[in-house]
Parts: sequence; C-alpha cells; structure tokens
Amino acid sequence: MSPLIELTRFSKNFGSVPVLQDVDLSVREGEVVVILGPSGCGKSTLLRCLNGLELGHAGQYCFAGQNLPANTDWRQVRQQIGMVFQSYHLFPHMTVLENILLGPLSVQKRTRVDAQQQAETLLSRVGLLDKRDTYPRELSGGQQQRIAIVRALCMNPRVMLFDEVTAALDPEMVKEVLEVILDLARSGMTLLIVTHEMAFARAVADRILFMDGGRIAEQSDPESFFSAPQTARAQQFLEKFSYVENMPKRKAS
Amino acid sequence: MASSGLELLWVSAPQLAQGIGRTLGISLLAIAFSSVGGVIYGVLRNLGVRWIDGVLLVYLELFRAIPVLVWLYLFFFGLPIFLGWSIPGFWCAVLVLSLWGASETGEVVRGALRSIPRGQREAGLAIGLGPLQLYGRVLLPQALRRMTPPLINVFTRLIKTSSLAVLIGVVDVIKIGQQIIERTYESVLIYGFLFVFFFLACYPLSAASRVLERRWNHS
Repeated sequence: MSPLIELTRFSKNFGSVPVLQDVDLSVREGEVVVILGPSGCGKSTLLRCLNGLELGHAGQYCFAGQNLPANTDWRQVRQQIGMVFQSYHLFPHMTVLENILLGPLSVQKRTRVDAQQQAETLLSRVGLLDKRDTYPRELSGGQQQRIAIVRALCMNPRVMLFDEVTAALDPEMVKEVLEVILDLARSGMTLLIVTHEMAFARAVADRILFMDGGRIAEQSDPESFFSAPQTARAQQFLEKFSYVENMPKRKAS
Repeated sequence: MASSGLELLWVSAPQLAQGIGRTLGISLLAIAFSSVGGVIYGVLRNLGVRWIDGVLLVYLELFRAIPVLVWLYLFFFGLPIFLGWSIPGFWCAVLVLSLWGASETGEVVRGALRSIPRGQREAGLAIGLGPLQLYGRVLLPQALRRMTPPLINVFTRLIKTSSLAVLIGVVDVIKIGQQIIERTYESVLIYGFLFVFFFLACYPLSAASRVLERRWNHS
C-alpha cells in the first residue's frame, strides 16, 4: 500500500533562511507519528506545509498518491487534513455548533441533518455536548481545544495534524485534551503530532521523528528513541527534559 | 409666534419634504455606496499586493487631502469641460460623497481586518474555506464588530457633509430653509427646524450602534 503522506527531499525557506532541508518522510495510513525537537527546528513548519498553509520551495509532496505542486487547489486537500493549533483559533462570533458546522456545510455542502448528527456524536465523545450552543469565550482553554479537535474531525479527514495543542493550556487541562488524542490514536486515525509532552509522545507514538535545524535528525520507535537516542543532539534534548522532570529537592537549611 | 410658526412649517411642509428627500437621498445613497466601496477597499488592502496598495494609496491620499467641496466643483464643473460629461447636481453629490466616504470607510475596514489575529485566517483556511467564504463568514463578521463605532462616525459625517451639495445647485433641505427665511425672516424657527432634523437623521445611527455593541458583547 502506498503511503498516505510522502515527502521527498522537501525544502522550504523563509527568505534566505532554510527552515526545512531535504526532508524525506513517509507516513502510512493509521500511523501515529510524533515530531520532537528544539524550538525553531521546523516542526511546526513541517505540519503547515502538509496542508498548504506554507508552501515548499523544493522537493516533492505526495498526499494519498497524488503529487501536490505549490499551485495545487489546496481547498480540496485541506478537507482531508484536519489541523489543530496551539491557540485553538475557534471563531469567536459563532457558537460551538456553528464553529463545527461551518466546514461541513459551506465547504463540503453536506446536509444540515447529517452534519449536525455527526457534530453531536463527536461532541459527546469529547464530553462537551452540553456546550453546543455556547460561545468560545465562555469555555476553558481545554474545552476550546477539544472543540477545535471536533471542528477538524467533523470534516472526516484522513489525517489529523496537532501543532503543540497543549502548549497554551494549564496543566490541569492538558490531560483532557491528550485523552482525546489518545482515543483518536486507538481508533486507528493517522496522526502527526508536534508536542513537548515527552511522556505523552512515548505513550502515543508508533514512531518518533526528531528534528534539528530543519532536518530529520533521527527517527525510530519510541522505546529506542527515549532509551537510546542515537544522535548527540537528541541526547542533549532529552537530558534537558529529564532534568526538569527529575529535579532534586532543594536542601532545607 | 408659536401658532404662526407652526403654521409656517405646516404651509412649507411640501417644500421642506422635497428638501429632506434630497438630503436624505444623497446621504443614504452615499452611505450605501461607501459601505460597499469601503469593504472592497479594505479587503483589497488586506491582500498585501504591492501594486494594488499603491493605487489605493493614491486614491486615499487624494480624497483625504483635497476638500470635498473642491471635488464637488471638479466633478460638477470640470467633467463637462474636460470630458464632455455633465452629471446632474444630485448624482454628482452622491458620486463625490461616495468616493470620499469609501476612502474613509475603507480605512476603517482595513484597520479592523488587520486587528483580527492571524490564526483566524489560518483556522478558516485549514477547514477548506475559499477566499469569499473566509472573508464572508470568518473575517468580515468579526471586523464588523470592531468597526461599528468609527463607521457610525463616518456615516454621520456623510449626512452632514451632504449639505455642501447646495454649492453645486442642489436644493437640499438647508437651501429650502434659506429660501423660506428670505421670504419670511423666520430664521430662528427654520434653523431650529434644521437643528432638529439633522439630529433626528444622525441620532438613530448612534442608537443603533449602541444596541449592536451591546448585543455583540453578549455573544
């Protein structure tokens, strides 16, 4: 079976600064890939290139067997690729239900009955059916992010992209969002996840991608990555996280 | 005086109504065209295409720097001379006020669109919205909430500035009033009437803006 997403020597610059260099990546249907790496290494840009929010400058991008040059009609592609952002970006002037239905109704031209039924099923799956008529500002960050996930899911995408979706959340709300993503992973959905939650990455990933300086420095299964990273850069990166997690108690004087 | 004053207004009512019709006609048409033109201007400026920005900036600066009165003369007296087009005073006033109003409205729309976080655009694109849907469903509705107060300002100025049309021969409500004063010397009464008229023409806009702001605050 051909991969769902395939990048070949894919590169992108911001002005004269290269942000992605010769990225080769292939993601199978149903695979959960977690992308790790220091800030500015190109993780988010990589995700944004996959649905055309950013355009590549060199190399090839194939989605579902179809080659996508920069002048592709991205509207078609984006309907098959759900994206969730760090700061949710719900539409503040619409209720929860209107937020979710905008795409299915005005882009996919589905019937209201059909789309609303799916929206309500998804809302109850994330435990927020009772919020369907409220406005985003009345919801907590964690609730807003779960709604944003539902908004993307209601388009019936073939893959979901998560761009640091818990980075703006209070620790208390991280759990409720990560559980939704875990649930999606269990249901066999293809996921690409950029995160700084190491334990979550280890738990959810089929494969870890470590990026540095716009390149994929290392990729392996989560157990090997976390127990025996191969590159020095990845070792350094993981040490910094374990330092925070295993910080020794300050001696009482 | 009270009874004779009311009598005078009553007798002059058909004449005044004609003037009111012209004033409101010019104002409301100019407001409508300014709104459409302003949205187009604001959206175009928001695209960030350099040559479009250049053209629109020239337009903006011309209407910002040159008084409306000069534009009125230029269109009313100049067009027949230079291009052989003559436009009736009423429509000339509508045209000039619309062009001026669109430049003012357009800057308001542009500012409001710019103040919307980038993420809104990206979230809209990510669910596959096309450009018209993106602006129509996501960006402009949010911009509208931010631009209502300054917009009302522009609209009331359009209503008041319509009185300049007198100078190209349009017999608007002020001109009618002056004619009545010349005949009857009832200047206090007539200017009092004009005072009330312009207040009543502008106040509903302010009131509407307050109602809208309150409603949008709830949602």
